[in-house]
Amino acid sequence: MWRSSIGKKIIMAGTGLIWIGYLLVHMYGNLKVFAGEEAFNHYAESLRTLGEPMVGHGHALILARIVLILSLAAHVWAAMALTRAAQQARPMGYAKFHQASGNYATITMRWGGLALGLFILYHLAHLTWNVPVLTGEYEPGNTFDKLVVGFTNPVNVVLYLLALVAVGLHLWHGGASFFQTLGWRTAANRQPIRFLTGALAIAIPVGFAVVPLAVATGLVA
Amino acid sequence: MKLHLRVWRQSSVEDRGRFEDYELDDVSPDSSFLEMLDLLNEQLLEQRKMPVAFDHDCREGICGMCGLMIDGMAHGPVPGHTVCQLHMRHFKDGDHIVIEPWRVAAFPVIQDLVVDRGSFDRILQRGGFISFATGTAPEANSILIPKDRVDTAMDAATCIGCGACAAACPNGSATLFTAAKIGHLGHLPQGQPERYRRVIGMVEQMDAEGFGGCTNVGACTSVCPKEIGQDFISQMNRDYLRAVLGRTGD
Repeated sequence: MWRSSIGKKIIMAGTGLIWIGYLLVHMYGNLKVFAGEEAFNHYAESLRTLGEPMVGHGHALILARIVLILSLAAHVWAAMALTRAAQQARPMGYAKFHQASGNYATITMRWGGLALGLFILYHLAHLTWNVPVLTGEYEPGNTFDKLVVGFTNPVNVVLYLLALVAVGLHLWHGGASFFQTLGWRTAANRQPIRFLTGALAIAIPVGFAVVPLAVATGLVA
Repeated sequence: MKLHLRVWRQSSVEDRGRFEDYELDDVSPDSSFLEMLDLLNEQLLEQRKMPVAFDHDCREGICGMCGLMIDGMAHGPVPGHTVCQLHMRHFKDGDHIVIEPWRVAAFPVIQDLVVDRGSFDRILQRGGFISFATGTAPEANSILIPKDRVDTAMDAATCIGCGACAAACPNGSATLFTAAKIGHLGHLPQGQPERYRRVIGMVEQMDAEGFGGCTNVGACTSVCPKEIGQDFISQMNRDYLRAVLGRTGD
């Protein structure tokens, strides 16, 4: 299946869904900042104690990371293979070309995806690997403090918001493509799917954006 | 009306090809685009130059032979039309028009604006047919098919294989063509026995011919002279997934 073009698209749809699921969980966790410092830190710690005592300390988190990394790797591999096939399918371009259909989300899928990949690296460097140039002085072990200190730097806020625009665009096209690729889209459910994926493409970036904006405006401190 | 044409000229498959500019006077707005090219060729013959080669046959919009990229638009600026049904009244006096062949690796240019669409034939050879005991014509009402099924199958069957879908696709993908052929037979009882072998074989051949993959842009449907919809692609994807998972029973 992975050899064919449709098989690669099915892989992209499946791995994309895993990441949408992850985004929703991540967003839920982020929104805990509005419940206060203690609740947020408790949530952050519970990610490590998840599944205990059946699962060892931090093991559920490691498992989640493995699934996410493998999904992303498969998603990127399929995208690159399909991009190469598309380039080889038209070695000589048109002197004049009018894109007959598609919107900004459609044409930014590949470069937007690359931009998102780079943002994820920066995001991990900032908040997981704690690279000191990106963050300020915070109380060690206090995740809430790290978040607030990080987002008092306007550079981090701006980059974060730009990345969310890219997330929204990627989901706008990718969400609808998910249903089309798996063959679930029909003439009858075209509008509901457009509505559902459109709502998701707006709700996820907004849900993430309120946190840095709340910090920047002093609502969360 | 007077026109400034920039036409792709290429003497053979090996030739690298180039654009050449022509001026054409006294074009009737009532003539078709191909009749305008006929006029250009008469002018070239009078000047003892090689006429421009282009594909055409029925000139009624049903054979699928003609197909040109006109100002970057497959079959020109009018939706749901083939080039032969495109009339010069859609252009203005003094217009500059760029005319190119389909640019897809799987459609090599044979000469000027003529491309070889043998790749489409080879996709069809991998499953775009049904196996049926021939002989005397069967009684027409022996297999009853619901009207909505027939209509859907007919929507797909209107595909004339012109290649505009692949030509307009940013990925050079033949997905709409392949999906239309699969959708046409897949909606009819006669197409059921080979339904899943068909989708596997035709998709395999589509990839082997060097067409790109679908990214759900929808440019194919926008330029399709028969306006074949994206739903057939969804249906093909579903059949493909069922076939690879072995879930082919009903």
